[in-house]
Formats: sequence, C-alpha cells, structure tokens
Amino acid sequence: MGNRGCAPRLPIKHESILQIDELFLMFLTAQHIYKRFSGKQEPALNDVSISVPEGRIFGLLGPNGAGKTTLLRIINHITMPDSGEVTLAGHPLTADDVAQIGYLPEERGLYKKMKVGEQAMYLAQLKGLSRKEARNALNEWFECLGITAWWDKRLEELSKGMQQKVQFVVTVLHRPRLLIFDEPFSGFDPVYADLLKNEILHLRNQGHTILFSTHNMASVEEVCDEIALLNHGRVVLHGEMEELKRRYSTGEYEVVFRKLEAETLSLPNADILSEINTHNTTRFLLRKSKEMSVSDLVCLLAKQGELCSFSEKLPTMHEIFLQAVSDANSLT
Amino acid sequence: MSKILIIIRREFLFRVKKKSFILLTLFMPFLFAALIFVPLSLSSIKDNSQQQVGVVDKTGLYTDIFQSNERFAFVLLADTTADLRADDNPLKAVVYISDTLSTHPDALRIYSSEEVSSELLMWVQNTINEKVRSDKLLSYHVDGLPEIIADVSNQVDVTTVKWSEDGTEHQSSTFVAVAAGMLLTLLIYLFVMTYGAMVMQSVLEEKTGRVVELMVSSVHPFQLMMGKMVGIALVGFLQMVIWAVLLSVMIYVGNILWGVAPTMGVHTPPGVDASAIAAATPAANSEVAEIMAALMGLPYCELGIMFVLYFVGGYLLYASFFAAAGASVSAQEDTAQFTMPLILLMLFALYAAMYSIENTNGPLAFWASLFPLTSPIVMMVRIPFGVPLWQEALSLVLLYGTAVLTVWIGAKIYRIGILMYGKKPSLRELARWIKEK
Repeated sequence: MGNRGCAPRLPIKHESILQIDELFLMFLTAQHIYKRFSGKQEPALNDVSISVPEGRIFGLLGPNGAGKTTLLRIINHITMPDSGEVTLAGHPLTADDVAQIGYLPEERGLYKKMKVGEQAMYLAQLKGLSRKEARNALNEWFECLGITAWWDKRLEELSKGMQQKVQFVVTVLHRPRLLIFDEPFSGFDPVYADLLKNEILHLRNQGHTILFSTHNMASVEEVCDEIALLNHGRVVLHGEMEELKRRYSTGEYEVVFRKLEAETLSLPNADILSEINTHNTTRFLLRKSKEMSVSDLVCLLAKQGELCSFSEKLPTMHEIFLQAVSDANSLT
Repeated sequence: MSKILIIIRREFLFRVKKKSFILLTLFMPFLFAALIFVPLSLSSIKDNSQQQVGVVDKTGLYTDIFQSNERFAFVLLADTTADLRADDNPLKAVVYISDTLSTHPDALRIYSSEEVSSELLMWVQNTINEKVRSDKLLSYHVDGLPEIIADVSNQVDVTTVKWSEDGTEHQSSTFVAVAAGMLLTLLIYLFVMTYGAMVMQSVLEEKTGRVVELMVSSVHPFQLMMGKMVGIALVGFLQMVIWAVLLSVMIYVGNILWGVAPTMGVHTPPGVDASAIAAATPAANSEVAEIMAALMGLPYCELGIMFVLYFVGGYLLYASFFAAAGASVSAQEDTAQFTMPLILLMLFALYAAMYSIENTNGPLAFWASLFPLTSPIVMMVRIPFGVPLWQEALSLVLLYGTAVLTVWIGAKIYRIGILMYGKKPSLRELARWIKEK
C-alpha cells in the first residue's frame, strides 16, 4: 500500500446528485433498524437510522458492544434486521448488491492453506468478477504493491502484515462502490495503520463511499467526513464532523504569545482559564463571551504582545461522545 | 458461473490436489489387497496337509462312519498304547469311544498331545451326533421306523444332492451376495463417516480461521454450506471410482499371477466372512468358475444405482448434521458432544446391517432399512438378496424426505452458528436458532 495509493484504476461512475429526495441523495441509508438476538433482553440495535452520502468517509463510532458490527453485518446482508430497511443507491438492499460492497471484517481471516493467488481469484469470483477480470485486477494490484512473488505462496507462509495486505486487496479488488471496514486500525502497527489511512483517503478521492467502524475515537478525527455515534444500540449523534465539533464547541481558544506587553492579559469579555509559561512563550486558554466576535478577540489580543498562535479549541470526538451520551441519558 | 458452482469447484479442487488425498487414494487399494492376499495365501498353504487321526472303538458300532477324507486320514486302532504319547507319533489325535454313545453320551473322548483342532472336533461331533440320533430313533421300535428315518434322511440327502449338484453355485451366490452386500454397506458407512466428518472439519476451520464472515459477505450461507457438502461428496465419488478401477486392475493382475482363487477374497471384506473364504479357497477350479459366474450374475445395475442413491441420501442427511455441528462450536474439543450421537447411530446401523445378513427379510432388516438414519447402511446388505420394489421406493422416499429436512435444519443452525463465537450453545439455543427468521 504505497502512499500514492493503488486504488481502482477504472473510474467509478458518478451519478449526478439531484436534491429531489433525501433518500435519493444518500448513497446508503439504514432506516429504523431494530434487531434483537434471541435469548437477549436488550436489543442489539434499537431504531437505528444512518445515512451516508456518496463519496464520503463515514465513521461509525461507539464503545465495544454498542452494536456497530451488527449494523455493518446488516448492511452487508449477512444478518437480517427484525424490522427496518437498508437502501443502497436509492433501492432496498438485495442479495445481489453485495457485489457493490467490499467488506473488511473485524476478525480478519483467509484460507491459511490456500495459495495467495488462487485464494484472491476465488474470492473475487464470488464477488461476481469473471476469471479474466479477476486475474487482470489482481495482476495490477499485486504489481502495484510489489507482491507478485507471493502469488504461489500459501497464506500461512506470509507474515501477519503481509496477510493484511492480501486481505485489503481482496476487499477492494472488485471496485465496490461501498467499502465497509470494521475496526480497520485495531491491532496493527502504526506504520500499517498509517498506510491504511492514506489508502482510505485515496479511495475516497477515487469516488468510493467508505463506511467504517471504530471504538477508537481519536483515530477517526482526521479521516471522517461524517460520523454517527452509537451507544447501547442507539444512535446518540449523527452528522458532519466539522458541524458537530462546532456544535459541541465550548467557545474556548488557545493563544500563544512569544512576548507579552504586560504581566498578563487584560480581556474585558473573556475568561482566562489557564496560563502556562514555558522558556520563551506563554500559552493561554481563553473562553470568550457570546457577544464578542472572534475578530474582535484577535484584534484585542494582537495589541497585547507578539501573538504567534491563535486557534479555536475544538472538542475531541471522545469529549463529544461523552457529552452526547450524558445528554441522551438525561433526556430519558 | 454461479456462486455455488465456484464454491463446489474450490472445495473439490483444493482437496483433490492435496498430497494426503493423492497418497491415500493411490495406496489404499494396495493395502486393502495385501490385507486379504497375505492371510489367504498363508491359509491355503496350511489347507493342503492331511491329518492322521487314530480311532479306538470299543463297541465296534461306529467304525464305519470314520471314513477318511481330504482333511483327515482315520486309522483304526485296537486300543490306546503308551507309544501314542510319544513325540514322533504320526497321529495328531486319537478318538476314543468306550461305550454305546446313545446310552452313555459321555463315552466319547479325543486324546491329543496338543490342542485338538477345532476342525476335527466339529467333524467328530457332527458325524457322531448324526449317528447317535438315528440310533436313538431306531431304539423306539416304531413300526416302519427304518423307512421313516430313511425317508427323513432321504429328504436330507435330496437337499444335499441338490446342493452338491447345483448347490455350489447356489451356495456361492449366497456367499457372493453376502460379500457384495457387506462390502457396499461398509463403503457407505466409511464414506458417509469420513466425508461427513470432513465437512464438519472444514466448516470449523472456516469458522476458527475467521474466513467465514468474509465469505458470507459474498454468498448466502446456504450456498456456502451446500457448495461445501457437494464439493466434498464429489471428492468421495472420485476416490471411489479410482479405487474401483485400481481394484479391478489388481484383480486382473492377480488372476494372471496367482490363478483365480485369491481374487475371490478381494470381494470379501476382511474379518467379515472368514468361513466363507475358507470354504472358497480349497475349491476346485470349476467351483471358482461358478463363483465367478455368480459374481457376474449379481444385479450390478440395481446395485450401482441404489448405492449411489443411498450414498447421496445418507451423505446429505449426515453431512448436514455434521455441518451444523461444526458451525455450532468454536473449538475442535467441543465437537464430541454433537458428533457422538451421530457416530453411535451409524455404529448401530452397521451392527443392524451385520445382523440383517442372517435374515435379510426379518423384522430388524425390514425396519432398519426403512428408518432413514439407518437405511443407507442396512439396505445395502439386503439388495443383493432381492428387496421388493415398494420397500426400496418407500425407504428412498423416507430417506430423501428426511435429508431435505435435515439439510434445512442444518442450514438454519449453520447460518447463525458460523457467526457465533464463545461458549458452545445448549440444545435450547440451537432450537431457537432454528426458529429464528
């Protein structure tokens, strides 16, 4: 998985998106999904609705046991919901749609005794590629990743990281319009995780829609366009990441001065939450009042010393998650 | 190509290309032949010797029944002497009759310096018993009794004549039927067991190797299960065909190298019908030819079709159980709980088949060949003896009906089980899985 990305060479057809209907606009939707496993009291998914626009990276976040994998399995047509509906590209999901989906399950695994090439051919054919198409696509990928020499090796002869590469190729080989990664970053060394992140961004730029789940909130911040937060089988938050961050922002700003005019700052409409002095800089955490605009604040600050950094302190996904969960709990 | 065909193709090719399969398939017939040829040729060497047996008859009533035959040469003696105990005495044993046996049943003894061979014991017992019985009947002095006895033994004689005239073929065809039935039964038992267990193994491997979730994101679980079952069954068929071809070649070669006699053994499962083999081996060439004729006279077409039908039905029935068992557990160690009942059932079927040979139309044979869980194994021993068509049809309908049901149930359990990890499910949970939508 090079940084340039090996993603699909054939362009994906973009359907012009018309704002006729919310459903039509969304590439993938799950509506009012309810699923309770037999023998369990609590439903695994309780009235879960999400919508994923085409060509975006959608993160499904939540702690372990929130129902993420169950929802992904329903979208993959592996598990059937008790009620509710999944639509893909505007029509209800059918068994044939799996050819348009590439799935990287949380528990990775391939046939250990099978040769890498044979195995990839087999799985590609099951996704609906002909032998020739599969062979061509595989040749391209294997060449691009420099793993052509593995073709006749049995999977168990490869290292764990190498097996991951094969698994990734198998997932994206049939150029699915929707890619689903279940916990893609868990359990791997940082180098691999970084490569995967790049590849995911690259795939998005190629026009793929990507849905992935993670319990590691920090890992999604730089990747996701939109997210849904799942807790105890319910969606507690759903929306565009930037918008959510702004919504949950507490109006805190971080400013760094190289040189201060006075002993400390004097700000009429803002509180100084903390002040940290280092060797030659001073770092403040401020909260401005609602009346004051950001530009006024900057003007005010610039007069009081040599300002070298000014940034809004947006909440982390983790903080947003905790806030959203406590909000949801206080509602019920 | 449809997805199920792709799966069948992989399951088949993957197994057929394995070294273990190739080795087993090519060498098994040789091992099988060696198992039969070696004891057979050893026993045929021993069979040629004639034992010398002394007879001391104090009463003088029984001397004429000890007629020498190809196994025993009888030497009449006046009395036992000390030198009979000597090591260089050519007599293997001495039959000693001290009194009239009809009044003193314990007056017969066999002396020997080593264990008396069971063959001699049987021969003496049978011959003397026959004589004593007729003597006792005569002692009742019923009017015209000698005629009655003559009549009775005539009947026996008639039967015997019938047996010796046309009987070699009759007898050997029974033997051939038993052998063919037993062989086919064992084949079905072995193949259903081996390949059923292979299905379970493979399902479990996919589950523990975590391939299965990736698979079911491409294909329906039912396609995966059926593709696997069919692919593995084809491996079984291929193995059977190769074995049949190799065995035929070996019989042909054996014919040329050792004459015809040992080839008989090839058609008899080892240890099943030793007496039948023993009866067949000393046979003259004409008898062998007749057995060969009987062998040719078997209803091969019916046997072949029925074998395939019962194999497929029995395999579907058991393999779907095995697939469900493999899907329900997460570790090899947990499979025993689910496979034990299956193995016991099949063992029961095998025993039922063995006892059914003695009476292929008896109630055990009849019911066990209708009951779908035992019918594939038991029916095979009956078919060479001839089974009414309605019984075959009923048995097949029941078998396939049940197989469809178990495949359906198996698929339900399989579908849920393959995605469940952790502790093995209880029977109640399994029942819930079956009901789940």
